Amino acid sequence: MGNRDTVHFSTAGLADIEAIRADFPILRREVYGKPLVYFDNAATTQKPQVVIDALTGYYQTMNANVHRGVHLLSQEATSAFEKAREKLALFVNARSVREMVFTRGCTESINLVAATWGQQNLRPGDEILISALEHHSNIVPWQMLCEHSGARLIVCPLHADGSLNMEEFARLLNTHTRLVAISHISNSLGTINPVKEITRMAHKTGAKVLIDGAQALAHLVVDVQDMDCDFYTFSAHKIYGPMGIGGLYGKEELLLEMPPYQGGGEMIANVTFEHTSYNEPPFKFEAGTPNVAGALAFGVAIDYIQKLGIQNIAKRENQLLDYATQVLKSIPGVVIIGNAEHKASVISFLIDETHPYDAGTIIDHFGIAVRTGTHCTQPLMDSLGITGTIRASFAFYNTFAEIDLLAKAINKAKEMFL
Amino acid sequence: MKIEEKTQAIVNEFANFDDWMDKYNYLIELGKSLPLIEERHKTENNLIPGCQSRVWLHADFDGEIVHFTADSDAVITKGIANLLIRTFSDQRPQEILDSSANFLSEIGLTEHLSPTRSNGMLSMLKQIKMYALAFKAKQQMGQS
Ligand SMILES: Cc1ncc(COP(=O)(O)O)c(C=O)c1O
Repeated sequence: MGNRDTVHFSTAGLADIEAIRADFPILRREVYGKPLVYFDNAATTQKPQVVIDALTGYYQTMNANVHRGVHLLSQEATSAFEKAREKLALFVNARSVREMVFTRGCTESINLVAATWGQQNLRPGDEILISALEHHSNIVPWQMLCEHSGARLIVCPLHADGSLNMEEFARLLNTHTRLVAISHISNSLGTINPVKEITRMAHKTGAKVLIDGAQALAHLVVDVQDMDCDFYTFSAHKIYGPMGIGGLYGKEELLLEMPPYQGGGEMIANVTFEHTSYNEPPFKFEAGTPNVAGALAFGVAIDYIQKLGIQNIAKRENQLLDYATQVLKSIPGVVIIGNAEHKASVISFLIDETHPYDAGTIIDHFGIAVRTGTHCTQPLMDSLGITGTIRASFAFYNTFAEIDLLAKAINKAKEMFL
Repeated sequence: MKIEEKTQAIVNEFANFDDWMDKYNYLIELGKSLPLIEERHKTENNLIPGCQSRVWLHADFDGEIVHFTADSDAVITKGIANLLIRTFSDQRPQEILDSSANFLSEIGLTEHLSPTRSNGMLSMLKQIKMYALAFKAKQQMGQS
């Protein structure tokens, strides 16, 4: 079995899967006395030792508040923090660091855009166009904005295979559409949306475009200039970095025009009781002491995956997905939910009539962490006429042997619920 | 039968299983044999919030004794509901309020007791107690 995991990879970065796995201490732990099989990477990815070390190392050697002190520690912390910003900006190919705002994560990034750009620009009669496969994080902030502004939320439907219905998308886009907010990759179905095409079409009618990149950054090359989106949002914890930190890419001309998000220290230029002038982007959007350790560790996570090579990662994950798809399809009664042509390594499925919760409970006892339920995409599940799915989502450190074990667990569950 | 006697019986039954699979097979069996709730009681009102699977719990009170019925769209959840109903159904409200469901951890189902499980286990228990409390109040009102 081990062979199958190495044979495809002459590519340097991922050739030795056991060595890669050794970078992730949690993969050595057991659950229910069995080796952990971690297939919940779409929820959050595991952290390599270098990322964990970056977090503790920061507090052990460098901890100081940033942008504030003349003392050496503060200068070191500030320059490390800004270095991390630079890495991120380069990683998504932003034009400059001024386009890269640190946030708590993807959810906060979306809320930031809704609360600033949205409040400033949306009027009654305007429309926000989302898709049927959005995560609650890319639905609820827009619903809240619509309530405040009188704008309307419009939902683009999917094809039966889980891909976006682009004819409908074209039809729904109109001169009232002020914003298109769509995920790059669906966390429930794995569908990769044609974001470049979406952006091109939206810009033609004058709409701005926000791409929710929560699921994408770890799986494929993201180039915001090539995509030409106006905003791109993401979380570090889904790309091998720590929780509580993430980012918002925004085109500089937009960030300059947008009002600040929260008020406090750091986001100001000059404060008197009569009047406050605001700092430049990105600082204008970063009130208060930021998660410096998190930002540094995020930078280290990016170094880590760049060392492996995002193309190599994509290749391995695609092979894991293909293999899992083939294995699951060969089990009678297993139905894969989401069969779009372009998919990332997320596979949602149902087993006969078995409730996902039941199946998930049995699979869990094999030591396999899968997720069951609606995956924060309840409207999507409603539109598919199901209450939820079982979801396995793979990262490069997963193995083909682990997928074989999943098949075994599924077969056992089938037998038990017969 | 007293609640403690019933829970002891359950603990004894589960003592026979030495691996998780046997235990779950039994839970599944219990789930399948749960006396079904009447369709007309499967209402939104009887739906227990916060569960991944849908769980309905219905209670009848004859002035003295509470009778519970339940259903779920997940079989394991139904199996657990069966255990809870076996324990708490046909008891007086005060007896229900005085007892705990600690036996669930004793029979090695603690994983279903953690709030993160969102299988409604805890919510189901809470709902059972709430009914008992409400019926007790009703009882006292009747007496005074
Ligand atoms: C597509 C998508 N968007 C947004 C989010 C929200 O990310 P976070 O909870 O890290 O803010 C997620 C996380 O599950 C996601 O998968």
